[in-house]
Amino acid sequence: MKKILLVVAVVALYILHQDIWFWRSSHLVFGFIPIGLFYQACFSVAASLLMWLLVTYAWPSHLEREVEIPEEDAPR
Amino acid sequence: MIPAIVVFLYLAVVLYIGIFAFRRASGREKAEDYFLASRSLGPFVFLFSLFGTNMTAFAILGSSGHAFNNGIVTFGLMASSSGLVIPLTIFLIGTRMWALGKKYGFMTPVQMFRDRWECTHIGTFIFAVQAVLLIPYIIIGIMGGGTTLYAISGGVVPFWFGGAIVAMVVMSYVFFGGMRGTAWVNTFQTTLFLLFGAIALIVIGAGMGGFSSAAEALKSSPLAYLLSRERISPYYFFSYTFIPLSAIAFPHILIFCLTAEKMKHFKKTVIFYPLCILAIWLPCVFLGVMANRVTEVPQIRAKQEARRVLATQGRNMAPEQRDELREKAAGDDVIMLLLQQYAPLWLAGLLGAGIMAAVMASDSQILALSTMFTEDVFAFYGGKARFGEAVQVMTGRIFIVLITLFAYAIALRAPESIFELAIQYGFSGFAALSPLLVAALFWKGSTKWGALAVTVWVAIAVAFVAILQAVVPAPAPGPSTILWAPGGFEVLSRTPGGTAVLGFMPVVPMVLISTLLMIVVSSMTKKPDATTVARYFGGRDR
Repeated sequence: MKKILLVVAVVALYILHQDIWFWRSSHLVFGFIPIGLFYQACFSVAASLLMWLLVTYAWPSHLEREVEIPEEDAPR
Repeated sequence: MIPAIVVFLYLAVVLYIGIFAFRRASGREKAEDYFLASRSLGPFVFLFSLFGTNMTAFAILGSSGHAFNNGIVTFGLMASSSGLVIPLTIFLIGTRMWALGKKYGFMTPVQMFRDRWECTHIGTFIFAVQAVLLIPYIIIGIMGGGTTLYAISGGVVPFWFGGAIVAMVVMSYVFFGGMRGTAWVNTFQTTLFLLFGAIALIVIGAGMGGFSSAAEALKSSPLAYLLSRERISPYYFFSYTFIPLSAIAFPHILIFCLTAEKMKHFKKTVIFYPLCILAIWLPCVFLGVMANRVTEVPQIRAKQEARRVLATQGRNMAPEQRDELREKAAGDDVIMLLLQQYAPLWLAGLLGAGIMAAVMASDSQILALSTMFTEDVFAFYGGKARFGEAVQVMTGRIFIVLITLFAYAIALRAPESIFELAIQYGFSGFAALSPLLVAALFWKGSTKWGALAVTVWVAIAVAFVAILQAVVPAPAPGPSTILWAPGGFEVLSRTPGGTAVLGFMPVVPMVLISTLLMIVVSSMTKKPDATTVARYFGGRDR
């Protein structure tokens, strides 16, 4: 369930990148930042938070364990 | 000239770091030490060097130049989409490659492909396509170096000489320091250009008397469209989200993923990557847009005039005249012009060094090409077994010299702007190669024939786009030139900025067809041996 929610969050954020609702607006946030730019900056912060969720709840720790106990067969 | 002296001092420091790394490694002429720093990078160096590796000249020069002419859309096109897609691919693919590298000793992606799909010459073909696609990236670094030194010195250091100096410095520390030197230099450079954005924003903002009045004036001028995306097609904007797929498929990024000492070092990289992109791109894009209000700088006025003439009279001009105007309107040096206008001389020098830091990110690509050549070709075809590891490392060093000289020669002749050159060839091609990695690591049923089909397709598609754009001149700003519209349905067109397929950038059909080819061809061909597949997927469910 946790993984499904994370996949949904990734897809949702990807869709939210296409912010058609601010497409034609040149409104200035704080009097100087165009709203389209401000939105995309906030999007970057959201992406970082999403990465934190992935690292916290979906870290592939089995890969670390596999490396700690190397298999005998090496590549040809 | 003072800023140029500061930049030269910076170049000397960078060179010293590379040579210091060489001394640290002396006596250890092992390939894994030279090419991968013995897989021993700590969390801080790993984050900063991996990020720095991916920030080339276009992160600062190209982004502000693109924003100068196209507006705020630049940030959404490349920065924020990269902030989502790149760390995600590092999280999913980079960690797996790291584990396989530790387990089986892989030093390049092709080594993994050869083992995973039990192939030999198909691996060599993948190497050749990767190498051809990577070279434009190296050229960008040299072009950026030439442009920056020319601008910083006020035209005293010509483009050819500036490019030569940057090429020489990068070549030297990569030659001596290998991966350790490159990673240390990248860490130093990333620290510099993270500081660059904030300082440039404060200094230029103060010089302009605050951004509010400039932004308001821009909003009420005919250039107000730069503050929104009203002139950008949503299809084009969407297409760009496919471009960051290229990052993980770039051999230098994937090879960098093999240098981490522990897998947990990826955690900070994945989390902080979007914030690092934000810290560099937001000031550069914003300043690029605001530069349109700095009309007291004659060079900026000349660029705006060229842009205006191109938009109003471009349709009636010869293609050569349009190209000439495009070159005049290009804003790659706009950040430097702002610094010259508003920053004190010594600070302009320090900030110029910050720009040089980004410009010189081609080091990792040069080292990656050398690693690939020595491992995927020299060692694979018996060179290592016959001549030993010390000769292998020396071969890698000679290759570094040759590839740098070759890239420099091309940089002197290439007329395209930094940004376009990177996007149209390198990025789209590598993005379309990313299904190779996904298939190798996540799909048991993938085969070497599927991989071959993908690689052949990418080579043909990139060559087709390059030839098309060379043969059909770019139209003036406005409607595209329709090249193929069966039954009135527009399929292929030449746009002012490149090529469009069904309204999308070529990268979209390239990635989708690559994926389709991998699935269809793999489904019809013989799978690798079960024991090989088991070594990659074990008993876990996939």
